Amino acid sequence: MEKILEVKNLHVSFKTYGGEVKAVRGVTFDLYKGETLAIVGESGCGKSVSAQSIMRLIPNPPGKITHGSILFKGMDLTAVKEPQMRNIRGADISMIFQDPMTALNPTITIGEQIIEGVLQHKQVTRQEAKKTALEMLDLVGIPNPVERLKHYPHQFSGGMRQRIVIAMALVCQPEVLIADEPTTALDVTIQAQILDLFKEIQSKTGVSIILITHDLGVVAQVADRVVVMYAGKIVEAGSRREIFYTPQHPYTKGLLNSVPRLDIEETELVPIGGSPPDLFSPPTGCPFTARCAYAMEVCDRKYPFKTRLSQEHHVDCWLQDERAIKMLASIK
Amino acid sequence: MTAYIVKRLIAMLVTLWLIITLTFFLMHSVPGSPFNEERATNETVQKNLEKYYHLDEPLIVQYGLYLKSVVTLDFGPSIKKSSQTVNEMLGRGFPVSFELGIVTLIVAVISGITLGIIAALRHNGILDYTAMTIAVLGISIPNFVMATLLIQQVAVNWGILPVATWVSPKHMILPTLALATGPMAIIARLTRSSMLEVLTQDYIRTAKAKGLSPVKIIFKHALRNALLPVVTVLGSLAASILTGTFVIEKIFAIPGMGKYFVESINQRDYPVIMGTTVFYSAILIMMLFLVDIAYGILDPRIKLHKKEGS
Repeated sequence: MEKILEVKNLHVSFKTYGGEVKAVRGVTFDLYKGETLAIVGESGCGKSVSAQSIMRLIPNPPGKITHGSILFKGMDLTAVKEPQMRNIRGADISMIFQDPMTALNPTITIGEQIIEGVLQHKQVTRQEAKKTALEMLDLVGIPNPVERLKHYPHQFSGGMRQRIVIAMALVCQPEVLIADEPTTALDVTIQAQILDLFKEIQSKTGVSIILITHDLGVVAQVADRVVVMYAGKIVEAGSRREIFYTPQHPYTKGLLNSVPRLDIEETELVPIGGSPPDLFSPPTGCPFTARCAYAMEVCDRKYPFKTRLSQEHHVDCWLQDERAIKMLASIK
Repeated sequence: MTAYIVKRLIAMLVTLWLIITLTFFLMHSVPGSPFNEERATNETVQKNLEKYYHLDEPLIVQYGLYLKSVVTLDFGPSIKKSSQTVNEMLGRGFPVSFELGIVTLIVAVISGITLGIIAALRHNGILDYTAMTIAVLGISIPNFVMATLLIQQVAVNWGILPVATWVSPKHMILPTLALATGPMAIIARLTRSSMLEVLTQDYIRTAKAKGLSPVKIIFKHALRNALLPVVTVLGSLAASILTGTFVIEKIFAIPGMGKYFVESINQRDYPVIMGTTVFYSAILIMMLFLVDIAYGILDPRIKLHKKEGS
C-alpha cells in the first residue's frame, strides 16, 4: 500500500513559565492511503499535539517542533513556508475538531463557511463552489441542503453541526483527514451515526483518516490500525486485531481492562491507578513504570527497546526482553 | 420585528416622559428664578413677567402646560433671550453640535478599532504596549485638559491650526481631537481584549485549518465577533461624546447646543434647560435603540423578536 504520510521521530515542546513541556517525544508512524489509523491514549499523552503538528496548527510561540520530520507524499511539512502550508491546509490535509458547538463561526452562515474553503483552494466561481457545498452537505446527510445553506450554526443540533464540520473538512477532497476526538462531545446514538458516516465517506472518497480518541469503543468500530501513546511516546502499535486480542504493553492491557464490555458477563472494570508523569522532566526510563504492575528495576533506569512482533505490531516494553520472558516462564 | 420596534417605541416614549418629569421638578426645586438678578427688577414688572411665563401658577399646572407644549413639539420662547424661541436655538445649534459629534464618533471608532486590532495582533509586543499606553493616556486625560493642551501647543506655540471658532474644516481638527481621544481609548482597549479572546476561539482554529489567509481570518472571522462588545458601549459612548461637546464647545467657542445648555442653567432659563435636555435625551434614546438593532444584525443569535425556533 502507498504511504501518504510519514511521521518520523517527531518532538514537540511548549515553552511555559514553569519550563519546557516536552509534549511529544519521538513519535514515528505511517499513514497509508485509504486506511483509518487510530491514535489512542489518555488526556495529555500528546495525541492531539502530534495531530496538530501535522497541520502546523500548534501555536508558535509557545509550541515548537524541535526535532523530526513529517513527510506528506515525500514533502517535509516541517520545512515548508507558511503560505505554502496554507495551500495544503484544507485542500490536501483537513482537520475536524472535538467540539462541533464551538468549531463553527456563530456569525457566518454555514453555507458561506463551507464555500469560502472551496474558493480558497479551487479556481471556481461562487456558483460552482455553492454547488460543491450542496453536494457535500447532501453527502454528509443534511436534509434540505438548499435551505440549510443559509442557516447559522446555532440553528443546528450538535450532531448536525458535526456533519457540517465534516462537510467543511472534506469539501476540497483532501487526501488526509485528521479527526481530533470527533465524537467525544456527542451522545452515543449520534456518535454511531457519525462513525458510520466516516466509513461511508472513506469508501466513497478513499480518504485516509487519522482518528484521535480515548474511546476504545470508537477504535474498535472504525480503525484499521491503532497507535497507543503514553507520555508523548508511542508505546505500542499494531493492527486493530493485534491491539485488541494480543495487547503486549501493560498500558494497552490496562486501557482495555478499563473499558466496559457487553460480551463478557460479570467482569469488574479495572482502572489504571496513578497518573501520567510530569512532562516538564519526563523520566529517563519507561514513563509507565510508576503505574505498572509488572515494573522491574530496569524499567525505571532505561527506556525499553522497540520489539517488533509482526509487520505492524511493535511494542516498547522490557517484558519483551528474553530474560524477562524466561523469568516469567519460571515463575509459572 | 415590527412588533419589537413598536414595543421599543412605546418604551422610549415612557422613558422620555420620565426624563421630562424628573428634569422639570428637579429644575424647579433649585433655588432662584430667571428674574433673580443682582440688578433688582421692579416688582410689578417681575410679577407681570412671571404671569407671562406662567411662573405664578402652581407647579403642577406649569408641568401640565409644559407637557402640552412638548407634545406639540413647541418648546416655547426663551426667557432670557426674549427674541428667540427654543426651537430656533435648537435649529441653529444642533447642526453644529451634530457635525462635531458625528465627526468625533467616526474618528474615535475608526482609530480605536484599528489601534485595538494592532494591539491584539502584536499581543505583548512593542506595538501592543505603545497602543495601550496611548489608550491609558486617552482615558486618563479629561477632554477639557486635552483641549487646552492642544490649543497651547498646536495653535499657540506652533500656530498651525486656528485657536477657536467654527468656520472651516481646519477649525474642526482640534475640537474633534480633544473630544475623540477618550472614546477612542475606550474602544481601543475593548477591541483589543475582545479580539484577543476571539482569536483563541475554536472557530478561528477551524478557519486556520481551512487554509484561509491571516487577513481573511482576522477581518472575516474574528473582527465581527470581536466588535459585539464594542457596539454595546457605542450607545453610551455616543452619549458621552454628545455631552462632552458642552465643555468642548465652550472652550473652542463653537456655536453649538452646548453653549445654550450651559448658559441656560446658569441663568435659570427654564424653557431652554427643558428644551435642550429633552432634545438630548431623545437623541440618546434613539442611539441606544439603533445600537440594539445593529446588535441583531451583527449577531444572528440575537433575535429582536420573540418566537422563531428556540
